[in-house]
Amino acid sequence: MNNSMKRFLSRNETLVGIILVAFCIFTGFVEPSFFTIGSLFDLSRNAVVIGILAMGLLVVLVSGGIDVSFTAIAAFSMYATTQLLIVTPLGESFLSALLLATLVGFSLGMVNAIFIGLLRLPTLIVTLGTLSLFHGFLLAFIGTKRLTNLPEGMLEFSKSTLVQTIGPDGAIFALPTAVLFLIGSVLLTWFILQRTMLGRGIYALGGSPVAAERTGFNVPKLQFFIYGYVGALAGVAGVIHASLVRIANPSDLVGLVLTVIAAVVIGGARLFGGRGTVIGTVIGVALIVVINNSLILLGIPSYWQRVVIGLLILLGTGVPAFRAKLAERRGGSLE
Amino acid sequence: MINKLIQKGKTEGYTDATASSFDWRLALRNNAYTVRLLGITVAIFVIMSLLQPDAFLSGPSLRTMAFQFPEFAILSLAMMIAMLTAGIDLSVIGVANLSAIVGALVMVNWIPGGAGSVQTLAVIGLAILISLGVGTLCGILNGLLIARIGISPILATLGTSQLFIGIGFVLTKGHAIIGLPYVFSNIGLGLIWIFPIPLVIFVVLAVAVAILLNRTALGSKLYLLGSNPLAAYLAGLGNTGLLIRTYMLSGFLAASAGIIMMSQANSAQAEMGSSYLLFSVLVVVLGGVNPYGGVGKVLGVVLSVLSLQFISTGFTMLHFSQFLEKFAWGALLLLVMTLNTVDFRELLSRYKRDGARSRT
Repeated sequence: MNNSMKRFLSRNETLVGIILVAFCIFTGFVEPSFFTIGSLFDLSRNAVVIGILAMGLLVVLVSGGIDVSFTAIAAFSMYATTQLLIVTPLGESFLSALLLATLVGFSLGMVNAIFIGLLRLPTLIVTLGTLSLFHGFLLAFIGTKRLTNLPEGMLEFSKSTLVQTIGPDGAIFALPTAVLFLIGSVLLTWFILQRTMLGRGIYALGGSPVAAERTGFNVPKLQFFIYGYVGALAGVAGVIHASLVRIANPSDLVGLVLTVIAAVVIGGARLFGGRGTVIGTVIGVALIVVINNSLILLGIPSYWQRVVIGLLILLGTGVPAFRAKLAERRGGSLE
Repeated sequence: MINKLIQKGKTEGYTDATASSFDWRLALRNNAYTVRLLGITVAIFVIMSLLQPDAFLSGPSLRTMAFQFPEFAILSLAMMIAMLTAGIDLSVIGVANLSAIVGALVMVNWIPGGAGSVQTLAVIGLAILISLGVGTLCGILNGLLIARIGISPILATLGTSQLFIGIGFVLTKGHAIIGLPYVFSNIGLGLIWIFPIPLVIFVVLAVAVAILLNRTALGSKLYLLGSNPLAAYLAGLGNTGLLIRTYMLSGFLAASAGIIMMSQANSAQAEMGSSYLLFSVLVVVLGGVNPYGGVGKVLGVVLSVLSLQFISTGFTMLHFSQFLEKFAWGALLLLVMTLNTVDFRELLSRYKRDGARSRT
């Protein structure tokens, strides 16, 4: 086979894609109901929040950093927005919730950006600190109650759908409108990373901060954008999550950190690598959502999930890292 | 550190036959951070005592603190060792819990009903050994993933932490293992004369680690590896072996902490103490260990743990909520990092110069 075909097949994203397809076939074989439209709609619904968060995290990983505070930002934005809209006359529409949450998320992201962009502190430790800071602040000063009286707009949003079908037993399956936001964030992230100078700067920063600076990129500005972006997306994801489950629980979402990290990392994004693609992350998210779903369908107890996620992270990072090591030894580069 | 070695050599070489005195000024200057930390620790103790003299300085309060802080301290030691090599071990909690669970399973299943005290003690001893073994094995896995396969420590230990906690869940089916022999709780709650056993264990481990780091070749090599992995590689220090041993030691220490936690809680669970992860990072960074590697002292970590334990107890006495404490830890970590910016920046430029890919 010719050279470009070979390179396509050896790319990380392709391998993960193959694993995803294989897994779907396997699950469908064991549990045929997997291949219905309803099941597909279900998977899409589950993928929305994780997917939006993953897009933000992808940008961070490509830039050579890591962020573990974005789920705390999501929870904070979600809860603060809901709380604010309930007690103030700022409007009940979903749009106002969205804008407010994005603003809150962006501002929290700025806190990260100050420590990482201005003070140039290590990203893991800063975000570990802000994770505790934000979540602690949320629970200590804003509230711990679960809010069930969501603003009208959010409830409306959770019911609105794009497509509806009726299954064989009369049950209605619907694709929630929220999926549009997932698609939107995927396209936006793709556009920024692949079609703008900003995106080139982010990749350059991930490849080598020194080289990026010398080439003329304004690194602090890039960092501010990156952490503001992931914060804003986290805010959006938070509000959508609260709408979909119809409850604002301040303890929700924070536990998703590792799931999202696993999804992005499986999709080929690498720490300290300046590598990662949107399509890879999309496949990674799909794989995680399918696996989680399959575990339930196949009746495997939920505590195996942690093991699976751990293994996925290790495989997702291990295989490329090992191949890179082998390539280094052989004296060439793989991609 | 090199400076200190050269200076020391100079002093020793030039003194005459009369005994050379310990150069206090030099020691103070080289350990400025630790000395400052000592001052902070004392200050916090005094402040807390003044704020709540009856509650804070009371026997029960001091005794509780003496029983509580060793487990955090040992976990922090585990974290410290990984950080010295410019890595991090996010799996310490997972390792602690998994090894505790395995030990608990041994104790619960291998002590025949109505066994005599000698038999019970024997099985407990075996359980402890197996537990430490499990911790060491987990550490070796971490080391292999990081050194042999080349996964970055953050992601490798992130993955293994999920793996270990997950295996813990699978082994316990989500419940806590209870019904541990009564004698076992002595480890976590007993006293040797007036000293709590956990405290004694911690002191022994801390002294051992300090000796390892300061007086053995392995220790020096670890510091060198952390300072400059590329130079260490080129100097033939054997990065792979060093890293594996680093995480092996970290796993061993985590397992020790796990045993103490299990003994105090009288049960073993898959995810006990998961909030201690951030806490140990905070302790280690506050203690003067540089996350970029190559710098850090055991004494600093010890003082740091004490300070934070005083603050924690003080908070509880002032009736601050646990969430406020969480907020405070985050804020404190960020504050300490910011204050250390000057030192970190110098090492950051060194890190930038060598590039992220110098980790071989």
